[in-house]
Amino acid sequence: MSKLKYTVNGILKDNPTFVLLLGMCPTLATTSSAINGMSMGLATLFVLVLSNIAISAVAKFIPDKVRIPSYIVIIATFVTLLQFLMQAFLPSIYETLGLFIPLIVVNCIVLGRAEAFANKHTVLESACDGIGIGLGFTIALTVLGLVRELLGNLSAFGWKPVEGDGILVFILAPGAFLVLGYLIVLFKKLTGNN
Amino acid sequence: MLICLTTICLVCSALLAGVYAVTAEPIAAAAVKKTNDAIAAVLPQFEKASEEKSVLFEGKEYKYYEVYDIEGEVMGYAIKSAEGGFGGPVSLMVGVLTDGVVYNTNVLSHAETPGLGAKCTEPAFHDQFIELNPSTTKLDVKKNGGDIDAITAATITSNAYTKAVAKAVAIAATIKEAPQAEEVEPVTEGGSENE
Repeated sequence: MSKLKYTVNGILKDNPTFVLLLGMCPTLATTSSAINGMSMGLATLFVLVLSNIAISAVAKFIPDKVRIPSYIVIIATFVTLLQFLMQAFLPSIYETLGLFIPLIVVNCIVLGRAEAFANKHTVLESACDGIGIGLGFTIALTVLGLVRELLGNLSAFGWKPVEGDGILVFILAPGAFLVLGYLIVLFKKLTGNN
Repeated sequence: MLICLTTICLVCSALLAGVYAVTAEPIAAAAVKKTNDAIAAVLPQFEKASEEKSVLFEGKEYKYYEVYDIEGEVMGYAIKSAEGGFGGPVSLMVGVLTDGVVYNTNVLSHAETPGLGAKCTEPAFHDQFIELNPSTTKLDVKKNGGDIDAITAATITSNAYTKAVAKAVAIAATIKEAPQAEEVEPVTEGGSENE
């Protein structure tokens, strides 16, 4: 049960997007629609859980001096793996996110959790943390994408009930900053996390 | 230290090699399917499509596919054409019939602004190119004296799209003049830009 705490922490107290403000590059770039945001979140979740598990399992065999290169190699392996799998089985999603998948390697969330959590905790705890942080990231990206899609294109998850154009700026880069800013304020208000 | 890094790299590469072996086939199949779908989308129903061929046009090499009807006659060409848009190349598959009429067009890839240039993938714009006869319809945006309605606030994209179609028409004429030009390259797929 106590392991569940790590998962909840990842979604609320340590939410990577709204509290830690990590991984901003994919956050801002891929959330032009709810589907894209969610796909990016899930891709990161996949890598995060696997890399957390792998790193926590081998951390004590890795000399301190070479731990960062080792982590990067492990993370890059999982990212490449994900890239192959998406290319083979989800080619349409791969097309939209293609550019950002390799960037998960240097996503500070993944390396950050390896360094700050996985190398000091057990495999099970690290897996829970990976799920929590990954879900927190996915939820944040989906909400961000949804708000931007609603305002910018008057649609949600590609479903468009009304005709017409939205406020275009929300789909463009500046809109990502605006929406993210307001969502952070809202999140802090709701969680009383000042 | 050295042993540790070597071991990690060895295990990782072994893992990747394994996954690659498993996924190589579906990835290739997906790429071929994408090309075939694009060819089928831009030309009327055909019996058989050729392997990828390439033709030299204005000093650049362009990839195209010939399609044949039941009697084995060439019906038309699916030509990969690209032109610089607002956010990068707008890459199209253009179906041109043997009489020079554009049958249909299909966007292979683009990086235009969502909500503006990206509307080139919507029917309102690209339906203008269905069964378009270049001898009666001028392939240029209205602003430049042509007959194509540009997308509002995305003239550069509309222009690139139109120019890519016009180029494909010219390439089709080149192919027809010199039939069996440079022969077959084996089908290697990928989003190869013909820039």
